[in-house]
Amino acid sequence: MYSWILMLVVLAAMAGAYQIGRQRAIASAGGPTRIKQLHSLPTYYGLYAALWAGLPALMLMGLWIGLQDQIVIGLVTSHLPTEMVAGLSEGRLGLLINDIRNLATGNIVSAEVTPEIQAAADQYNRLNLISQWAMWAVVLAAALAGLAYAWMRTQPRLRARNRVESAFTVILIIFSSIAILTTLGIVLSVLFESLLFFQKVSPLEFFFGANWSPQIALRADQVGASGSFGAIPLFTGTLMVSLISMLVAVPIGLLSAIYLSEYAHRKVRAIAKPTLEILAGIPTVVYGFFAALTVAPFIRDLGMSLGLDVASESALAAGLVMGIMIIPFVSSLSDDVINAVPQSLRDGSYALGATQSETIRRVVIPAALPGIVGGILLAVSRAIGETMIVVMAAGLAANLTANPLDSVTTVTVQIVTLLTGDQEFDSAKTLAAFALGLTLFLVTLTLNVIALSIVRKYREQYE
Amino acid sequence: MNTLVETMDKTTGAISSADLAQDRPSAATVGDVTVADPRMTCRNVDVWYGAKQAIKGVSLDIGKNEVLSMIGPSGCGKSTFLRCLNRMNDTIDGCRVTGSIKLDEQDIYDKGLDPVPLRAQVGMVFQKPNPFPKSIYENVAYGPRIHGLTNNKAELDELVETSLQKAGLWNEVKDRLDQPGTGLSGGQQQRLCIARTIAVSPEVILMDEPCSALDPIATAIIEELIDELRANYSIAIVTHSMQQAARVSQRTAYFHLGDLIEVGETNQIFTNPQHRLTEDYITGRFG
Amino acid sequence: MNNPADTTPPRRAIDIVNASLKRRYARERRFRWLGATAVTLGMVFVVLLFADIILKGYTAFQQTYIQLPIELAAATIDPDGARDPATLARADYMKLIREALREQFPEVKDRRDRRLLNSMISVGAPDLLRERVMADPALIGTTQELWILADDDIDMLVKGYIDRNAPASDRRVGDQMIAWVDRLEAEGRVAKRFNTIFFTHGTSREPELAGIAGALMGSFYTLVLTFLLSFPIGVGAALYLEEFAPKNRWTDLIEVNVNNLAAVPSIVFGLLGLAVFIGFFGVPRSTPLVAALVMTLMTLPTIIIASRVALKSVPPSIREAALGVGASPLQTQFHHVLPLALPGILTGSIIGMARALGETAPLLMIGMIAFIVDIPKGFNDAATVLPVQIFLWADSPERGFVERTSAAILVLLAFLFVMNLAAVLLRRRFERRW
Repeated sequence: MYSWILMLVVLAAMAGAYQIGRQRAIASAGGPTRIKQLHSLPTYYGLYAALWAGLPALMLMGLWIGLQDQIVIGLVTSHLPTEMVAGLSEGRLGLLINDIRNLATGNIVSAEVTPEIQAAADQYNRLNLISQWAMWAVVLAAALAGLAYAWMRTQPRLRARNRVESAFTVILIIFSSIAILTTLGIVLSVLFESLLFFQKVSPLEFFFGANWSPQIALRADQVGASGSFGAIPLFTGTLMVSLISMLVAVPIGLLSAIYLSEYAHRKVRAIAKPTLEILAGIPTVVYGFFAALTVAPFIRDLGMSLGLDVASESALAAGLVMGIMIIPFVSSLSDDVINAVPQSLRDGSYALGATQSETIRRVVIPAALPGIVGGILLAVSRAIGETMIVVMAAGLAANLTANPLDSVTTVTVQIVTLLTGDQEFDSAKTLAAFALGLTLFLVTLTLNVIALSIVRKYREQYE
Repeated sequence: MNTLVETMDKTTGAISSADLAQDRPSAATVGDVTVADPRMTCRNVDVWYGAKQAIKGVSLDIGKNEVLSMIGPSGCGKSTFLRCLNRMNDTIDGCRVTGSIKLDEQDIYDKGLDPVPLRAQVGMVFQKPNPFPKSIYENVAYGPRIHGLTNNKAELDELVETSLQKAGLWNEVKDRLDQPGTGLSGGQQQRLCIARTIAVSPEVILMDEPCSALDPIATAIIEELIDELRANYSIAIVTHSMQQAARVSQRTAYFHLGDLIEVGETNQIFTNPQHRLTEDYITGRFG
Repeated sequence: MNNPADTTPPRRAIDIVNASLKRRYARERRFRWLGATAVTLGMVFVVLLFADIILKGYTAFQQTYIQLPIELAAATIDPDGARDPATLARADYMKLIREALREQFPEVKDRRDRRLLNSMISVGAPDLLRERVMADPALIGTTQELWILADDDIDMLVKGYIDRNAPASDRRVGDQMIAWVDRLEAEGRVAKRFNTIFFTHGTSREPELAGIAGALMGSFYTLVLTFLLSFPIGVGAALYLEEFAPKNRWTDLIEVNVNNLAAVPSIVFGLLGLAVFIGFFGVPRSTPLVAALVMTLMTLPTIIIASRVALKSVPPSIREAALGVGASPLQTQFHHVLPLALPGILTGSIIGMARALGETAPLLMIGMIAFIVDIPKGFNDAATVLPVQIFLWADSPERGFVERTSAAILVLLAFLFVMNLAAVLLRRRFERRW
């Protein structure tokens, strides 16, 4: 809470610094009539001062907030009685720290509160308070120091505009690097936890094992729960749901794109195209609800009336609804590539006496094929990574089956299941989620890179 | 448009701007529009794009085994008129054609007439070579395949070969029939498109500035080819090059702002034009 | 004339063509029909989806109340007569309601039956009554005909979701209860009124007390913060990449990265948020703050790509004109190019925000699925968001939650509709062709 106020204070300081810098520049030039003496417009001197007052202070503040918790926890842990900490695994220590933190913030604590823990919690609160005040002092000092520096530097010869502009350019570069940092963050975080996982479970078992039951005993003396992490059933389950969704989305999406761009009357197109695109704007959780409460029971009842044994959470229901979700994705990508096929090719075909469908099937589609394939690959990558529909409509049981009426589970379902329970952060269960996440990330990344390069090459061909 | 009018006022002095206004009544064509042995006969053809009239009351015949060239400044409607002859204008929204265009006594704008077999009879070669992104063989085989012109692979092979030979491309591509047609040079691509058109055995071939995207050597080859094709087909060619019209055609039609101004023997048009507009165009006063 | 089609004089090519036409047109019609079927199917899916959710959800906007003459006895509410709010708040309002109910059904004497009778009233009804009394203490001592919130089972029965013909053991509401409800209905004491609770309360285990206000506020805080973070960063990044960046490996890498990030499964961003923001930086779980950080990273690619397209559509002549009068590159961008590109950028950003509003999966990873009754009051309060609330309710077994889930979906879709409409209007209003 206090950080927000401090943030506002710094912003206010920046506004003040802007005014001060401006006035200072005008004064240094010898009054408002002589601002021609200045290298830049007074505004830039104001911005110069504001940047000096604000940027170092804000950076300091960000750093402080980011590291405060780690340092405080480190201090608290180092002050815990050694007999409490000694012999604790990293996971148990994490639990203990969680308890201290919960106690300090007034939440429910899992273990009983010993005086040591109470003391640690008090210390935690005390340190946090000190840290808060120290942050205020340091940040405000930085702001003042920056302002003072700008004040001293402000004189007519200062190339304020150039300074301000290069500062802005640096900020823009930092902004654009966030994309890289995000990817790096994903790779590092997922990779790091996955490596920890693969120290506990061999990659061979993970990638080729056919048995998935991640129940691990919380205590060593519990029975019958060693946990096994063979991810093959998850992979096959993911593939089956994705395949079903593609069987729905590709024909419908592609054919409707063809119909709307080649056959449909302009009025039909004006209505049908946005209507189909509505499907793309519907949140996935809505599809999940539709799949779980409407489609799955419908398929089960239909199967029962036909004498088939359908699981209440069948792969078919999840795949069908996922396919509906992906229809607009396929159709708008296909629409793009079909429209990119030059009219001259169509004319060439018509001039030979081809009918419209012959032109489409034998000239337009083959010409657009690379683009369509790229689009389908992107759609597959989406199907594989789609989470909510399968979480809500596919099952949890890791069945190794080829029957679409059976219940299967997918990679994304397991990631959610493994991470939404109350687990220690580094139990094999949570780490397994990151290993699955790594697999998912790599597979979708590969698909995306291939698809995007195919689509780009295709575009260049007709540009 | 205005600049054109102004220039003409300055250069000729004789043409009033009212003469060139968009909605004036169509001028009578100078010269004989008919031929003794016509394949296609057009009478009083009007073409509108929406509210804009692109062709005004044009009447013209295309004779058997002749090359008819259509010339005129850009925007004069010559390409539009050509595209009417096999109903390629159908693909353009808002395009309306009235009057009569007959192929061997059959009105091609008759309500019941199907453009698909019409286009098999009246082929077209476009301004920019547009080979399909398929192999050379498949490009030529496409037409015969969709129309079912051959009964087996051997016949198809033979038809592809003869078509490529007629288009003068066989010797250059016979060893690489399975390579993509888009990989050929511009002139070769255009001859491939001609071969593709010939393969469906049309009776009339329309060519819309077939050499405008080609270099002079490729142009010369195509022109020679057009002259050879005359033996079997009627050819109507739109060109922006008067020299080309003079070289390849027997008859020439001069279009101006949607009007057919003058038709006649090519020799006569280029040596002794009757209408002042034709003369101005041919002598290079505008164009 | 060695063309096989020409060598046989009676059979011209055109005859072969004409002969094949019938078959070819049949194929043409089939293909066309296939396309039309695909479009129709797509549209049918849209209609089905909406019809299903609307039909399931519209009843949730009304809630069943039972009208009872409640004697607001001073002895129970305020024995010492001081009207002290603390006393008023502590009073046993459930007792008042139960007494009123007993008076309606004097014949019910059995303890078990009485308990059954009491279960017709929502457990939240006393709280509502308390609020009413505390807002107007003058009511104490009078007898008022008040509309009392009914239990969700009664609500479902009145709305017709419970099959009265099913065997009693399969029903959540027994024959006796049905008889009571019928009697109340005959007396005009049962009514469906607009469900304000749904819009003013946080979530609850009881369907009749569950509302979306908490989730809405959570979504609001998350979205505001996401926009504040992602808009400047996204536009800045686009500006740099499109206008300033030299074409080198680094910018190529950024470009490939942005395009790929746009297609990374959203759940992976959840893993990132869990490991980096919560695990490493210690950002508190379940808060709009951490949700906004994750959402920012997710929406950035969308905003960057849309902004670059918008910047690209500003013709170079504008830049040349500005540079020509001596503006610095940055001035050119901020004074001329950005204002012209702004409608396109805003359109892209709104669409990005709409996607963030509907996103669920990554938020499950960062603790937004905690059961939080209170309505959050800031970026650092534990909160949930609307789509996650929908997910949680969809998992609840009570029939009453099905309609509330659907209604929450309708509210979510309404917000998305408004946002997309705004984007479309913005694009129409400012679309410029150069």
